[in-house]
Amino acid sequence: MLALVLIALPLLGALIVAVSPVRNARGTALLATLAAFGATVAAAIGFEGWGNGRFGLALEAPWLEGVGVSLALGADSVAMLLVLLTALLMPLSVLGSWTAITARRREFFGWLLVLQAAMTAVFLARDIVVFYVAFEFTLIPMYFLIAIYGSTNRARASIKFFIYTFTGSLVALAGIVYVAWAFAQEHGHWSFSIEQLTTFAASGLSMHEATMVLLALMAGFAVKVPLFPVHTWLPLAHTEAPTAGSVILAGVLLKLGTYGIYRFVLPMLPVVVVEWAPFIAVLSVVGIIYAGLICWVQRDVKKLVAYSSVSHLGFCVLGLFALNPLGLQGSVLYMINHGLSTGALFFLIGMMYERYHTRDMTAVGGLARRMPVWSCFMVFFVLASVGLPGLNGFVSEFLCLLAAFAAGDAGAYPGVLGPWFAAFAAVGMVIAAMYLLRMVGSMVFGALREPGDHHEHDQLSADLTPREITVLIPLAVLCVLLGVAPWLATDAIEGSITNTLAAYPESVATVHEFMAGGR
Amino acid sequence: MVFPLLIPELIVLAGAVTCAIVGVSSKRSVRDALPGVAIVTLVITGLWISIFAGVEGMRAPGSTLQTLGPWVGVVTCALGVVLVLLNAGTADREYESAVAAGKVTFDPLRTTRGEFYVFLLLSLGGLLLVTAASDLIWLFLALELTSLPTYVMVAMSRTQGRAQEAAMKYFFLGAMSAALFLYGFALLYGATGTVELASMQAVFTQQAAAGGIGVMGIAGMLLAVLGIGFKLAAAPMHLYAADVYEGAASPVTAFLGFVPKAAGALALMLLLSTIGWFDNGALPPVLSVLLWVMAALTMTLGNIGALLQTSAKRMLAWSSIAHSGYILMGILAGPHVGGFGAVLVYLLAYGLSNTAAFAALAALRRGGAEVESLKDLPGLREQHGLTAWTMAIASGSLLGFPPLIGFWGKLLLFIAAVASGHIVLVVIAALNSAISAGYYLKLVAIPIMGEPTARSREVERAISPWPRLVGIALAVSLLLMPLVLPVLMQQVQRIFAN
Repeated sequence: MLALVLIALPLLGALIVAVSPVRNARGTALLATLAAFGATVAAAIGFEGWGNGRFGLALEAPWLEGVGVSLALGADSVAMLLVLLTALLMPLSVLGSWTAITARRREFFGWLLVLQAAMTAVFLARDIVVFYVAFEFTLIPMYFLIAIYGSTNRARASIKFFIYTFTGSLVALAGIVYVAWAFAQEHGHWSFSIEQLTTFAASGLSMHEATMVLLALMAGFAVKVPLFPVHTWLPLAHTEAPTAGSVILAGVLLKLGTYGIYRFVLPMLPVVVVEWAPFIAVLSVVGIIYAGLICWVQRDVKKLVAYSSVSHLGFCVLGLFALNPLGLQGSVLYMINHGLSTGALFFLIGMMYERYHTRDMTAVGGLARRMPVWSCFMVFFVLASVGLPGLNGFVSEFLCLLAAFAAGDAGAYPGVLGPWFAAFAAVGMVIAAMYLLRMVGSMVFGALREPGDHHEHDQLSADLTPREITVLIPLAVLCVLLGVAPWLATDAIEGSITNTLAAYPESVATVHEFMAGGR
Repeated sequence: MVFPLLIPELIVLAGAVTCAIVGVSSKRSVRDALPGVAIVTLVITGLWISIFAGVEGMRAPGSTLQTLGPWVGVVTCALGVVLVLLNAGTADREYESAVAAGKVTFDPLRTTRGEFYVFLLLSLGGLLLVTAASDLIWLFLALELTSLPTYVMVAMSRTQGRAQEAAMKYFFLGAMSAALFLYGFALLYGATGTVELASMQAVFTQQAAAGGIGVMGIAGMLLAVLGIGFKLAAAPMHLYAADVYEGAASPVTAFLGFVPKAAGALALMLLLSTIGWFDNGALPPVLSVLLWVMAALTMTLGNIGALLQTSAKRMLAWSSIAHSGYILMGILAGPHVGGFGAVLVYLLAYGLSNTAAFAALAALRRGGAEVESLKDLPGLREQHGLTAWTMAIASGSLLGFPPLIGFWGKLLLFIAAVASGHIVLVVIAALNSAISAGYYLKLVAIPIMGEPTARSREVERAISPWPRLVGIALAVSLLLMPLVLPVLMQQVQRIFAN
C-alpha cells in the first residue's frame, strides 16, 4: 500500500496545484514534495530489503488477466535507493525554481509533480507493462517542461528529446513483448511479471532470440542513458531545459536507462550479455572520451555540464558491463552520486543564470569576488564531480574502473572486460579534471567579468539567498557522507546485486564454458 | 419461433424513414429535432442489442464469426450517437440560416437536411448488417449500404466545389473497388459452389486437407481483400483518402474515418476466416504475404504522407491511413492469438481518438470557414483551452502514448502480431509509431506551446457548440477508458472463445 502512496502523493499534489490559485502553486508543490519525501524516508526506514535481495513495499492486483498484465509494485534495495534520490531532488527542485519561473506557474509545478509520480512508479514497478507505461509517461511532463519553460531553442530540443526516447523505447517494447510471448509459449499463459520473465528469459531463450532481445532492449535504454552515439539529444535538452528540468533530467531521468539495464538486460540475457559486453563497453569508453573532449571546448557552461553527464554515465555503463559485483556496486553508487553532484552543478548554473542571463563563460567569470558563497559551492561540487578522494564521486568512479580492470582476471572479481578498458576510461577522468577545473578557473577565479547590460539582479541579492543555500546544503552533506562512508549504500544493495548477477558464472574461467554451453 | 435477427437493422431503417419525413417539415422547430430522432433511434437500437446480446438467436447463422454482432452493434450505436452530435448542424446550414433570415422561403424540394440523417443512419445500419451477413451477397450488400450513403454525405457536407469533387472521386473509385471485390466474390463462388460463409469454410477446409486450396479460391480472395482494402483506405487502395477526407466537412470526415473502416475490417475478418486459420492453423501463404505487404505499406505510406502535410486535416487523413496498417497487422495475426480481439479493441480506441481529433477541428472556424491549416492553430490554448487540450489528448492517443487508450489498443495488436510470429512487422510498426510522433507532436506542440499569431487570433468557436462538447467528452473518455479495459477484454475474449 505504501508503494501506492508514494506514487499517489505527488499526483494528489499536482491535482491540488491545478485547481488552487496561482499564488499558492509553489507552496503547495513544496508541501507535496516534502510530504512525499517524508513518506519515502518512512518507507526506507521500515524497508525490509536493505542488505538482502528481498522486495519490500510489495503490492499486487490483477489487471488485464487475458494477457497477464498485473498492477504489481514493490522495490528492492537498488530501486529504493533511487526512489530516495528522486524524493530528495524534488523538493530541492521546487525550491530551486521558486523565483525562476514567473509565467504559467501552476502548470510548471503541476507537471513537476506528475513527473515525480511517474519516475517513482518506474522504480517501483514489478510488472514490465507498468514499468513501460511509467517509463514512457516521464516523457510527457519533461516534454512540456522543456517546451514551455526552456530557453530560445526549446521547440527543437523538446521534439528531439521526445522522438529519440520514444523511438528507442518502442523497439524495447517489441523486445519485451517477444520475451512475454516466448514465456507464454512455454507456460501456456501470459505474464508480464518482471521476476517471472527474468527467470524464464535467463534460460529459456535461444542465443539468436536473446541477441535480438538484447538489441531491442538496449535500443531503448541506451538512448535514455545516453550512450554514444545516440546521445545527441541530451546536450540540447539539458541546455534548453529550465533549471529544475535539467536537475531532474540529470539526476533521475538518465538513471532510468541505467536502471533498465540493471533490472532487465543484465539478469535476463546473461549469455549474450557476456558476448556483447566488450562491444557496449567500447561504446561507453568512446563516449567517456569523446564527450569529455567536447566539454573541453565549450563556452556555454550548461552545455559543458550536459556533455560531462554523457561522459560520466559512460563510467556507469562500463561498471554495469564489467559484470562483477564490484562494477555493479560502483555503478549503482555512481547513479546516486551523479544525481547529487551534477544536480547541484545544474542548480548552481541556474542560480548564476538567474542573475546574469547568460551562460557564456567568456562573458561571466571571476565570480569569487561577487558571489563568494556561490563560488565555494561551485568549487566543492566540481571537486565532487571530478572525483576528489574523500568526496562521493571518487568512490564510484574508482569502483567502476577497478571492476573494468580486474575483469578478465580469474581472481576475486571475474568479468569480461580488461585492463585496456580501464586504461582508456581513466583517460576520461583526466580529461574531466581538465575541463571541470578549467571551468572553475574561468567562472570563479581571475578578474571579475560581468555582462554589461545585466540589470542589478532584479529581486535577487548579489550572492546566494538563504533559500538557495538551503537547496545546496543537503546535496553537499550527502556528497561528503557518501564520500567517507560509501558502505552505507554499497552494503545496502548487496543482495540486489547478487540477484542481478545470479545467472552469471562464479569466475571468469567458467565464462567461456558458460558461453559454449549457451550455444 | 425464430428470433428476429434483423430487428436492430429494422429499427435503424425505421429511424431513417422518420428522418426523411421529419426533414421536409415546414416548421423549423420540427426540423431541428432531426438529430434527436437519429439519436433516439441509435439509443433504442443499442439497448435492443445489449439486452438481447446473450440470446442464442442473435448469432448470425452461417456466418464464420457468429458472435461478433453484439459488440459491434453496441460500439456502432455508441459511436453513432457521438457522430450524430458532431454532425448536428453540418448539413444544409447555409440554407437553413437563409430561411431563418427570411431571404428565401422554405422549399421541401431544396432541403437536404433530413436526407443527411437518413444517409447517416443507413450507413450505420450497413455496418450493423456486416456482422449479421451470413453469405457473400449479404456481405456485399452490407458493405455497399455502408459506403453508398457516405458518398452522398461527403457531397452534402459543404456547399463548396471541393466537397463535390471529393464525392465524385470517392464514388468512382468506390465503385471500382466494389467491382473488384464483387469479381472476387464471383470467383469464390466458382471455387466453392456456395455463397454461404460457413459452407465456404467447410469446402475450403476439405480442400486444404486434400492437398491445398485451389487457385481460383485464392485468386478470388486476393481480389476480395484488395477491393475491401479500399474501405479501409489500405495501400494500394488508399490514394483517394487524403483528398476525400480533406474535401468533406470535418464532422463527416470523422464519420469516414471510422464507419467504412470498421466495416472493411470486419468484412476482412469474416472472409479470411473462411479460407484460413482452421484448427489453429495459419492463412494460406499467398494471402499472408499479401496482408503483410499491405500492412507494412499502408502504415509506412500513411505516416510518411502525414509527415509531409501542412494542413492539420490532411495530416489526420493520412494518419488514418496509417492506422489501417496497424489494423491489418491485427487481422493478419488471426483469431487464435487474440489478433481479432485486438482489432476490435483497437477499432474502438482509434474510433474515439480519431473522432476527438476531428471534433477539435470542427469546433473551430476562422472567417466563417473551417479551420484546416496548422497555421490556424498556434497558441490555441489561450482562447480555446479545452479544444487545444482535446486536440493534444486525441493526438497522444492516436500516437499510442501510455496511459491513453490508444496505447493499450496498440499494445494488444503488438502482442497478437508477435504471438503469430510476425516480429519484423511489429518492428516496422514500432518504427512507424516513432515516425508518427513527428507529426502528432505538432498537433500537441502548436496549440499548447506555440505563440498566437495574428492569423490564429482570428480563430473563433464554431457556430454549433456540439463539436466542442463532443471533443471534450471524448478526450475524457480516452483518459478513463483504460480503467474499463479489463472488462472490454473479457467481452472480446468471449466473442472469439468459440
